[in-house]
Amino acid sequence: MTNTLKNLTLKVWRQDGPNTSGSFETHTIEEITDEASFLEMIDILNERLIEDGEEAIVFDHDCREGICGTCSLMINGQAHGPERGTATCQLHMRKFSSGDTIVIEPWRASAFPIIRDLMVDRSSFDRIVEAGGYITAATGGAPDANLIPVPKPVSDAAMDAAQCIGCGACVAACPNGAANLFTAAKITHLNLLPQGQAERYSRAEDMVETMDSYFGSCTNHGECEAACPKEISIDVIALMNADYRKAKVQNRKQLSRT
Amino acid sequence: MSQTFQRGPVTGTAVKKRSRRKPFLVDYYSTAVGKKYVMAITGIIGVAFIIGHMVGNLKAYLGVIEHNGEQVYDIDVYGEFLRELLVPILPHGYALWGLRLLLIGAVVLHLHAAWSLTMLNRNARPVKYQGARDYQIANFASRTMRWSGVLVLVFIAWHLADLTWGWLNPGFEYGAIYRNLDASLSRIPVAALYIAANIALGIHLFHGVWSLFQSMGWNNPRFNRWRKGIATGIAAAVVVGNVSFPIMTLAGVISFQPLS
Ligand code: HEM
Ligand code: SF4
Ligand code: FES
Repeated sequence: MTNTLKNLTLKVWRQDGPNTSGSFETHTIEEITDEASFLEMIDILNERLIEDGEEAIVFDHDCREGICGTCSLMINGQAHGPERGTATCQLHMRKFSSGDTIVIEPWRASAFPIIRDLMVDRSSFDRIVEAGGYITAATGGAPDANLIPVPKPVSDAAMDAAQCIGCGACVAACPNGAANLFTAAKITHLNLLPQGQAERYSRAEDMVETMDSYFGSCTNHGECEAACPKEISIDVIALMNADYRKAKVQNRKQLSRT
Repeated sequence: MSQTFQRGPVTGTAVKKRSRRKPFLVDYYSTAVGKKYVMAITGIIGVAFIIGHMVGNLKAYLGVIEHNGEQVYDIDVYGEFLRELLVPILPHGYALWGLRLLLIGAVVLHLHAAWSLTMLNRNARPVKYQGARDYQIANFASRTMRWSGVLVLVFIAWHLADLTWGWLNPGFEYGAIYRNLDASLSRIPVAALYIAANIALGIHLFHGVWSLFQSMGWNNPRFNRWRKGIATGIAAAVVVGNVSFPIMTLAGVISFQPLS
């Protein structure tokens, strides 16, 4: 059954650039089908703004199928909106009702400067991944599948962590602006697997400390897990903390032999 | 191009030559995750003390006993026992002072880490959300750690001035623990302060004890489902035990009579 939502009030954050101050702009959506996705609703609004000769609202999006991690938006005080385990692009208007007021804000963190309106620069995440979110592998022909045995529970846990799409909702939702869930997911999916062992400890130390140079500190509220579109568990944060502790000792030991 | 905010370079034990590295503990403490380990360890020291302190004070309920042929209050004997700890290996009072120094050190570190991490977190989001947040998991306890902590700190200062140094205790007598306890807690505003502060402590521990498992990296499917229960249990035990003293004093269960 298709329904039509009537009379939505949108309060959208508008900001010209990283160093200007912004404010909420109010728009009314008179009618929208509840089959529209949230982003389609903004697309429709943007069409209207362009027709009226106004600036379209700038927001991030790409795959629109929940796998790329590009979309964002703080919707009514919740990162990626009211639906659990869902990125904004997979959120539909049927989650709202006629007459609702919807407040839309960008992610807010000093490491995510606002580029324009609702779009933020998340390249600080790239810095964290560059610090160790990879493995060193021999080039040449592709190795045979299943050459390296991996216990099923380990591969399951690693794959759960590897689901992270790097959207930044964890930082946005965290009252401290901490990036522990993202960093821990990226560390854990490699540190659990045999392929990740050679660089395990340099990875743990370098990625945690790079994270540290941009973001806040975890106080275990658990908001990140609730906001994460991939429902990554805060268990990975504890695993990261344990690996960081071991890394500090191991790396010292290894370096003192050189 | 927008400039991303960054505080400074990675400390990087993994890449730095030995001669240029900071001492291990200093290096460790300079990172946010390291500071959380320090908060957790000093928190564990605090929790161990708080439980020991509460259990020890339950001796107030044993009232008068016969000790070396004399009628004395049991808790006064206990106080003397603490000062005699490890005698004759150490002189009188030394072991107790050792424990006190450990606690002072733990409080100072806990506070410093709390302060600097709070500042870090403020800088991580200088512009707050302009609309209302809709929190999903964060609770009252986790969001008021700084307030509950400061309340506990103020209370500790009052508590020492009252029952350790005796400045705020009417007719304070050194070593007469039962007497001093009754003299202090039979004042209704003081009893109310003790009750309020211990509830704040309970709230702090309700989040803190669960949080320390994560901070210490103690995460295992075998015990994960117990972690919140352990935190609730410890918080409840501390609150019930400690709040009982002012209530029982007002109720007349703890009531000092001079012993001839
Ligand atoms: C003196 C004033 C105090 C202040 C300002 C303070 C502040 C804090 C803060 C900000 C946290 C971090 C919160 C979080 O992880 O979400 C914390 C954690 C904790 N506090 Fe306190 N606190 C104080 C006293 C105490 C006392 C007296 C105890 C023990 C009885 C204690 C036990 C703990 C524990 C167990 C943790 C958890 C550690 C962790 O997660 O790493 N605190 N405290
Ligand atoms: S951990 Fe979850 S919320 Fe954080 S970046 Fe990855 S997918 Fe997004
Ligand atoms: S647009 Fe790709 S995850 Fe939402």
